[in-house]
Amino acid sequence: MIQVNGLTKDYGARRAIANLTFDAEQGEIVGFLGPNGAGKTTTMRILTGYMPPTEGTATVAGYDVVEESLEVRKRVGYLPETVPLYTDMTALDYLKFMADLRHIPNSRERAYETLERVNLSDRADGYIGNFSKGMRQRMGLAQALIHRPEVLILDEPTIGLDPAQVVEMRSVIREIGKDRTVLLSTHILPEAQQICDRVLIINKGSIVAEDTPENLQSRLVGSQRVILRVRGDSDGLTARIAKIKGVHDVEAKSDGSIEFEFAAGQDIRPQVAKAVIQGGYDLLEMRPIGLSLEEIFLELTRDNASGKKSS
Amino acid sequence: MRNIWTIAKREYDHYFISPIAYVVAFMILLTIGIIFAINIYFFMQNAFQSYGQTPDMSALTGAFAFLLVLSVPALTMRLISDEARMGTLELLLTAPLRDFELVAGKWLGAFLFILTILAVTLVYPIILNSLVNPGIDQQLMMSSYLGIILVAAAFLALGVGISALFTNQVAAFFVTLSAFVFLWWLIGFPASVLQGSASEVLQYLDMKTHFYNALNVGNIKLADLVYFVSLIALGLFIGTTAVETRRWR
Repeated sequence: MIQVNGLTKDYGARRAIANLTFDAEQGEIVGFLGPNGAGKTTTMRILTGYMPPTEGTATVAGYDVVEESLEVRKRVGYLPETVPLYTDMTALDYLKFMADLRHIPNSRERAYETLERVNLSDRADGYIGNFSKGMRQRMGLAQALIHRPEVLILDEPTIGLDPAQVVEMRSVIREIGKDRTVLLSTHILPEAQQICDRVLIINKGSIVAEDTPENLQSRLVGSQRVILRVRGDSDGLTARIAKIKGVHDVEAKSDGSIEFEFAAGQDIRPQVAKAVIQGGYDLLEMRPIGLSLEEIFLELTRDNASGKKSS
Repeated sequence: MRNIWTIAKREYDHYFISPIAYVVAFMILLTIGIIFAINIYFFMQNAFQSYGQTPDMSALTGAFAFLLVLSVPALTMRLISDEARMGTLELLLTAPLRDFELVAGKWLGAFLFILTILAVTLVYPIILNSLVNPGIDQQLMMSSYLGIILVAAAFLALGVGISALFTNQVAAFFVTLSAFVFLWWLIGFPASVLQGSASEVLQYLDMKTHFYNALNVGNIKLADLVYFVSLIALGLFIGTTAVETRRWR
């Protein structure tokens, strides 16, 4: 559905995205994850036919975004980061206008149906200027959905929403993503984990990692490191822990704490706790350190070096 | 064509909820009304003293053209600049809509609004026609109205084009006003001072001569029509190019 090949965009001397290559299949929700200024919006603007790339090609639904821009725009629904609304129009009039621009027959009925879909039908005659942030975001989504597009491109769809609205927006996106291609950008990791089938981590205009959220986690978090603290002296405990199956790299730190690792996915902390108690030690603390998806993300996006975190 | 109409219709509707549009309409209609009343008064005075000419509409249409210089910038300033400021331009530029259709639609919407105001002023020739025996010169009246329509269309096209160059509507207003003042008045001075072909070119560019000396006195010439149509094309071209340029920045 979406194919991006060697996409590069320069703003004057500044390179916003460099040699980006990825694709997205039908029925797939792809998350575009990256810090602000990483090039997410630029990529989306190119895919929606808003601006041409400096180099490289991109096709959406089989049409080139530069050569067949109008065909692409007919098939793409786009929610920009700043939700583009005419505040002096009513919700229904606004959607009818968007439907007319897309030559939808019976545009008024379609506008009403779309309002129902985003739960705003009770405010059909309300002026958009009086809408809350969450309602405006839903109006923006309605505008992107009105022509039932094959491809949906959403730039930060949950930004500025309250927690209940975020949950609602995510469920709407998941629902839509069942039979359509959705490309959404976010800088919220749990969001990408929850909604997306696949995640692209982008930083400084390049993709630094690409996989399913689960694979990304297990691939990047080869093993889980845990810090353990007991009251008083921890002599002998190191050896005791090292004996537990699955534990490796046990290390007694100078401050009396002990660090050890185990393979991600097989949590053996209960066994460790048991061993500590059976050994007569008072367990004060045991917590995993580092390498949550958040930290991987930070790690990958801090410097431009890609690659796996060595474990 | 359908897209142009969709954009034009939204723009036309928008004028009826916009305070600036009401102020402009009020200013134009009030001024025209006062001028009409004064004209009738003087024609009647002259008629009692049995001299003077038959009253016609050229004084009113002449004033209308002058008012356009001041009011069109207020009507066109926000047309595209405000879309850019509010971010809705991104919506229109990612909709299946050609850049030209967007610009032409904006122009058409504003043009229809001016035509609406102009339609209201048709009460004056109707009143005048009933006062004058055997009626006013209708050919002259139609020529004058055609002149107004062409001046408005040309000004609006230039206004839309200039609006597309800006994100700030106040900047668009003043640049548009300056362009109109230049085309309407300032260009006449070098045209009268210079000699030879430079003078002829400048004279041709002087908009008021195409109106006051031609259409508003019932003289419809191809050269004047070409002049106005060229300006409309120029304005829409500037607008389309400016919108396209926004995509590249």
